[in-house]
Amino acid sequence: MNIIKFLDEFTSENLSNKGSSRRDALSTFSSLGKKAALAAVPFGMATVTNKAKATTMFQSTEAVGALQLALTLEYLEASFYLQALNSNVLDEDGTGKANAIYEQISLHESAHVTLLQDTLVSLGETPVDEPTFDFTAGGSFDPFNENGTGQATAYAQLLALAQAFEDTGVRAYKGQAGALMGNDALLTAALQIHSVEARHASEIRRLRGLQGWITGNERGAGMPADTQAVYNGEENIIQGGVDVTTLGSGSPFTVDSSTEAYDETLTGDEASTIAGLFIV
Amino acid sequence: MKNKKIKVEAINNNRRRFLKMSGIALAGSGVLLACSNDDDFTPVDPDPDPDPNTFDLGGGDLGVLNYAYALEQLEAEFYTRVVNGSYWNGAASEEKQILQDLYNHEVNHREFFKAALNANFDADLVLPESLEFNFESVDFSNRNSVLETAQLLEDTGVKAYNGAGKIIETAAYLVIAGKIVSVEARHAAAIRSIRGNDMGDFKLFAGDDAVDPNTGLDGAEDPSVIINAAGGFIVTPFTANQLP
Repeated sequence: MNIIKFLDEFTSENLSNKGSSRRDALSTFSSLGKKAALAAVPFGMATVTNKAKATTMFQSTEAVGALQLALTLEYLEASFYLQALNSNVLDEDGTGKANAIYEQISLHESAHVTLLQDTLVSLGETPVDEPTFDFTAGGSFDPFNENGTGQATAYAQLLALAQAFEDTGVRAYKGQAGALMGNDALLTAALQIHSVEARHASEIRRLRGLQGWITGNERGAGMPADTQAVYNGEENIIQGGVDVTTLGSGSPFTVDSSTEAYDETLTGDEASTIAGLFIV
Repeated sequence: MKNKKIKVEAINNNRRRFLKMSGIALAGSGVLLACSNDDDFTPVDPDPDPDPNTFDLGGGDLGVLNYAYALEQLEAEFYTRVVNGSYWNGAASEEKQILQDLYNHEVNHREFFKAALNANFDADLVLPESLEFNFESVDFSNRNSVLETAQLLEDTGVKAYNGAGKIIETAAYLVIAGKIVSVEARHAAAIRSIRGNDMGDFKLFAGDDAVDPNTGLDGAEDPSVIINAAGGFIVTPFTANQLP
């Protein structure tokens, strides 16, 4: 089976057309991007420490928004993995390995849904309803082999979508961290989910024959062009205002190493747009 | 002074918790070995009069950055020894590439924290570079020893950053810590994936020993727990009296 060959045959029209309406539908999350902008603040910020912690009062709205976005992404992942496990597509690898990996990830994503729902309820908030998902993205994909695409192609798509979802999750949680500052329990829990998404991303990437980390803004061999939004910005080499390629010489400071060593954020808007491709 | 261990408080308890979490028994390293068979919990009084000459990491952002710098120095030194060791030299290409990448990333992280600290704080507040480490417990010619230790260090890094997030005062630093911790988690999963393949355990990349299967949460530990647990590797003394 040649993953690259199959995925290169995808068309992008449906994906592109659907994106805008989904973006509108999720526009309530648009304010979430503000905190992520703080990531661009350079060294020297230490002089304004404590300011962030003094702003607890207005953070609750942002914190709730961050949690609702997280819940939406977890609904998407949990639904995806459950449907994947209910299809026979994962048997395609012939070893049971893919199925075992998806089982473990599914366990975590479903637990994340419950945890986030419970957390929102405990804050006196109503968790957002689970959207209706369309993992064919309007017919562009057939990851569960429901429309006759064939097991091999479906398997390739199933893995490609998982990679896109996990790499998105890592970036999206990171983008919301600032909104949870001041609430130690919420922030810590979000970080504890965030690193689990990164473990998942690493393993799915490895299952697809890639390294566990992202080089430059490369989506990686076999990933459909439609997933490039997940990787745009990962080529950043400026951390805290400093070009990390200049911090030394040799292999640790090449552009490749310097981009791999740091995952980047996605704003709430960016994450919502990506998720929106799969929401009816 | 040179061989003095970092200050330890209630180390027995913390060590038991740590080893339980990691699932890997460390042997042969000073602080940990000293109580390796001690199941009777004997509280150790906190040092009532800390040595004024011992470097303290500090509190708040400074403390967290120094703490991260110490952990990245530890990881970078470990992988430096790995890629200069005989196991790596003869390793299969996939493992060789992964460990080379981990070396690259950790050295980059180390130099980032050095630069960040020196750009924002007086030199006497910045943790010295070239901390001394003790890797006597690791056999760099042995694949299993190297991979086990790599897994332990990466999992520890994840728990350390996850636990330190709440201490960070400045959003920009929190985001940067987030950019790094997810890469540590990617590392941990990759090393676990290699070891899991050996064992036929395809779930080890995010195994129940690392991620709570009921909550789906990774570990998070306070600096005192992490520093005590890593104490066996750390020779240069420092304290973390202003961190939880």
